[in-house]
Amino acid sequence: MTAISLRSVPLTAIFGIVVIAAFALTGIFANLLAPYGETQIVGMEFEPWGGDFVLGTDSLGRDMLSRLIYGARNSIGIALATTIIAFVVGAALGLLAAVLGGWIDQALSRFVDLMIAIPGLVFALLLLSIFGTSIPMLILIISVLELTRVFRLARAVAMDIVVMDYVEAARLRGEGLWWLVRREILPNIMAPLVAEFGLRFCFVFLAISALSFLGLGIQPPTADWGSMVRDNAMMITFGDITPLLPAACIALLTVSINFVVDWMLHRASGLKD
Amino acid sequence: MSDTLLTIRDLKIEGRQGDRWQPIIKGVNLELKRGEVLGLIGESGAGKSTLGLAAMGYTRDGTRISGGSVLFDGLDLLSLSERRRRRLRGKRIAYVAQSAAANFNPAHRLIDQTVEAPAAIHRMMGRSAAEQEAIELYAALRLPNPDEIGFRYPHQVSGGQLQRAMTAMAMACKPDLIIFDEPTTALDVTTQIEVLSAIRTAVQEIGTAAIYITHDLAVVAQMADRIKILLRGDEVEEQETRAMLAAPKEEYSRSLWAVRSFTSEERPAPEAATPVLRVRDVTAEYVPGTPVLQDVSFDIHAGRTVAVVGESGSGKSTTARVITGLLPQVRGTVELDGQALPPRLPDRSKDQLRQVQMIYQSADTALNPKQTIREIIGRPARFYLGLTGRALEAKVRELLEAIELDPDTFIDRLPGALSGGQKQRIGIARALAAEPKFIICDEVTSALDQLVAEGILRLLKRLQDERDLAYMFITHDLATVKAIADHVVVMQQGRVVEQAPKSEMFTPPHHPYTELLLSSVPEMDPDWLDRTIRARRKG
Amino acid sequence: MTLHPLAFMILKRLALGLVTLLAISLFIFLAIELLPGDIAEEVLGQSATPETVAAFRRELGLDQPAITRYLAWLTDVLHGDFGTSLASGREISELLAGRFANTLFLALYAAAISVPLAIGLGLLAALYRGSWFDRTVNIATLSSISFPEYFVAYILLLFFSVKWGLFPSIADFGSDASLGTMLYRTFLPALTLVLVVTAHMMRMTRAAIINLLAQPYIEMARLKGASPARVILRHALPNALAPIINVVALNLAYLVTGVVIVEVVFVYPGLGQLMVDSVAKRDIPVVQACCLIFAGIYILLNLSADVLAIATNPRLMHRK
Repeated sequence: MTAISLRSVPLTAIFGIVVIAAFALTGIFANLLAPYGETQIVGMEFEPWGGDFVLGTDSLGRDMLSRLIYGARNSIGIALATTIIAFVVGAALGLLAAVLGGWIDQALSRFVDLMIAIPGLVFALLLLSIFGTSIPMLILIISVLELTRVFRLARAVAMDIVVMDYVEAARLRGEGLWWLVRREILPNIMAPLVAEFGLRFCFVFLAISALSFLGLGIQPPTADWGSMVRDNAMMITFGDITPLLPAACIALLTVSINFVVDWMLHRASGLKD
Repeated sequence: MSDTLLTIRDLKIEGRQGDRWQPIIKGVNLELKRGEVLGLIGESGAGKSTLGLAAMGYTRDGTRISGGSVLFDGLDLLSLSERRRRRLRGKRIAYVAQSAAANFNPAHRLIDQTVEAPAAIHRMMGRSAAEQEAIELYAALRLPNPDEIGFRYPHQVSGGQLQRAMTAMAMACKPDLIIFDEPTTALDVTTQIEVLSAIRTAVQEIGTAAIYITHDLAVVAQMADRIKILLRGDEVEEQETRAMLAAPKEEYSRSLWAVRSFTSEERPAPEAATPVLRVRDVTAEYVPGTPVLQDVSFDIHAGRTVAVVGESGSGKSTTARVITGLLPQVRGTVELDGQALPPRLPDRSKDQLRQVQMIYQSADTALNPKQTIREIIGRPARFYLGLTGRALEAKVRELLEAIELDPDTFIDRLPGALSGGQKQRIGIARALAAEPKFIICDEVTSALDQLVAEGILRLLKRLQDERDLAYMFITHDLATVKAIADHVVVMQQGRVVEQAPKSEMFTPPHHPYTELLLSSVPEMDPDWLDRTIRARRKG
Repeated sequence: MTLHPLAFMILKRLALGLVTLLAISLFIFLAIELLPGDIAEEVLGQSATPETVAAFRRELGLDQPAITRYLAWLTDVLHGDFGTSLASGREISELLAGRFANTLFLALYAAAISVPLAIGLGLLAALYRGSWFDRTVNIATLSSISFPEYFVAYILLLFFSVKWGLFPSIADFGSDASLGTMLYRTFLPALTLVLVVTAHMMRMTRAAIINLLAQPYIEMARLKGASPARVILRHALPNALAPIINVVALNLAYLVTGVVIVEVVFVYPGLGQLMVDSVAKRDIPVVQACCLIFAGIYILLNLSADVLAIATNPRLMHRK
């Protein structure tokens, strides 16, 4: 790995890295940072900004700032868990399909084709209506949906490597599956996979927040950015921007990740030619 | 009207690498008279194509002209407006690229693309007149069915025909100058000779000047009046073709000629010995019912090299896939030391796998870019021989020395930090690390420049003598065959058409296909093309 | 009898689409089978007596084997009968009719603006790659695709409706509204969709065009003296059709499902809102019906993109 001179990093990427770090720290140290408890009712409904409550209170009289801070932990944590599951399973299956080929590849690919032929949000709604809305169920459903996308990408990039002569050389040597995947293929597809992880996280994060906004995702009283927008949405019609704060947090984080990923992809393609 | 058509003075071109600009052309001068053909010769990275495009006042994205001048018929191309330059391109200076398949637009018919410059872009004539001329050009370039071939789409026409159609497209405006950028490099030899002869006749007929870019000395000897040699963006020397062939002045030029002097003595196959590898009546197929190999048989003995020769699609690489077990044969046997090898790779024992090793054509894809040289060479030794720790380290160092690379410098490098020739040497060391009896060399020198290629051939020869290795050399290049083979197998369309010891193979009488193959290989003699074509027309 | 190979390819693709649709209908139907217990217990709750549950089961046909029920359901669906809603007891097809038209109207409204806009901007960004225009557009679209849809929707609502009072915040109109009124009242939801979809479509168009401009035959056209306009119109565009069609189809499909959230924000009486409401009420037959319609449109769009891409590919049009 070559050292990256700070000067060559674009401003957008630096901005992105700083924001991601700030959100991560907020999530980790939520209980130290938040002035009040996550579900604690501390005042009247819809109190204005300032005074005891920096960002006012919500529809039940809970401190908005504290809920935003806990929301960082819950929303990001759940999305991260979902993405990790989708990624580990999807990438593993994609690699297997690429390396083994034959009927295993055919079966997995056709199944994924079928899954992708159903629009994701609609699919999630159907499953949620059947299994009900709980956090483990949410994580499971969204990760199953996303792993099909990860599978496609992992399979495609692994396919590019599988046809390389050095993989053939390893096969001819008699190397086993584990060696082929772990030593010959994985190191060569890490860059696109890491970038994809960032993008997938954004999709998952937006999908879960959309479901929460619809009231079908993370359920009260858990502080979560998507459902916080929903709970306080009526304030917007009075010209109050407080309900938009959690949505702005979501936007800020996904924009930042996209900036960083964009820079990584640009760098990877720039190094190639 | 002056006699000089093109004058390039002290031209400097740079290319962007990351944030920095690196020189590609370092101050080259060039002069071309009307109707004259200049051959531009050099190895990869010499800057031949960049210079050729600059003669049209054109630079690709990521390159820029940083100094010098390009005068075309009195016009300074570099100071002209882009609009004025466009009026010259296609009309007075035309370009013929290496890959016709990629340079024809897949969405339009050949004739639409041929008449585009004269009829639509430069408006020199009406559409029907342009079509009539295009058909005449197709005929002049000896395309079959000139009246109708233009009405096909590029993907409906073969590679050699497409290359001729592209020449016709370049000639459509009767330009003063045509740049030929390796127009026959991607073609098989038997196709190449046809295209060469068609191009040369057509160039003479319309009396255009040309810059002919190639890395193949024998090809340029047929085409050019004068030859200019480039090396890493600098010019080495320039002379009349015959004078250059007879007496190159510079050391580097002489070294280009010397390449072809390497030959090994032919050694006859030992009597009554079991061959290391015996291929018997092998038939193989990808799709059931359509064999790609039929009844292929040959033997390879210890310490000997068998060259398998043929054009693309002849089945030579498929034969290697059968031997290595990647494509199990449907009939016939492959024996190693008299023992039949299981057809399928997973059924072979570790020792059987160890005995058969492979060296690939493209060193870029043959070495894992994320593994160090130590890992790449060390793995087979560890995997097959169970070496670890110091013993493994010693083995890797010994192998690096055997391939003439300094262990201390190279052992911890990644392949990306190596030159093409060095990478190919690592590929050889990886094969040797298994301590095999038999190595398949698949076009191992065809991606390399001539000097580097010769170094690889010498190395392989030395290793063979030291270790009594049996080689199967897959190649389309008969010069390589002459250099290294003991025994030659000629393949065509999945069958062995002839096989014999090298000395017999290169002396008549030949099988008709071998004859065609041998006579199609360009020779350094500038009269070779005329002579060969005349002989073929008669015969 | 010989079939033109192109016709054969298109027929094959259509057949594949049909199979996919069947598989999905089966999947949607069987998803309920995954329920612990069954839908009768689920609907009637814990307190129901075994007798009422059994009666309800018979009414739903749950005493039949799954495959029989699937075939019966499929036959009904093909005749436009989606069954009755568990929550309201009304015919589902009745519920769907008007709402489906509304959703389609909104999606078409947004598509009519965003498709030409996105392709135009994408072309410009590709042509002036690396310019300030390209970089600004890159940052803007990157941000736009990162925003949750409801965030965009509420910002528009806050300014255009609450602060400036230009457009209504609730996108509802009567049954006999004129086209002008409909376009006016649904302007904000349509604009939300335009912003989100245009960004996606533009980025994809730009990538497709840049990929195309790197082809050697484009350089050859330049070396023949063709003007930039000629290079684009005559040499790039005919080859860009297939990738652009693909991009458009992908985004239209996205539009149809993206509508769900926008409908909820602007209280628009469309299919998406119906589906969200039904999920909350666990009115599974309605959810199934909505799901089937969305999936059907989605597959149809992807199918037509594939067919068009086959039909515009000269390699496939003119066989050897």
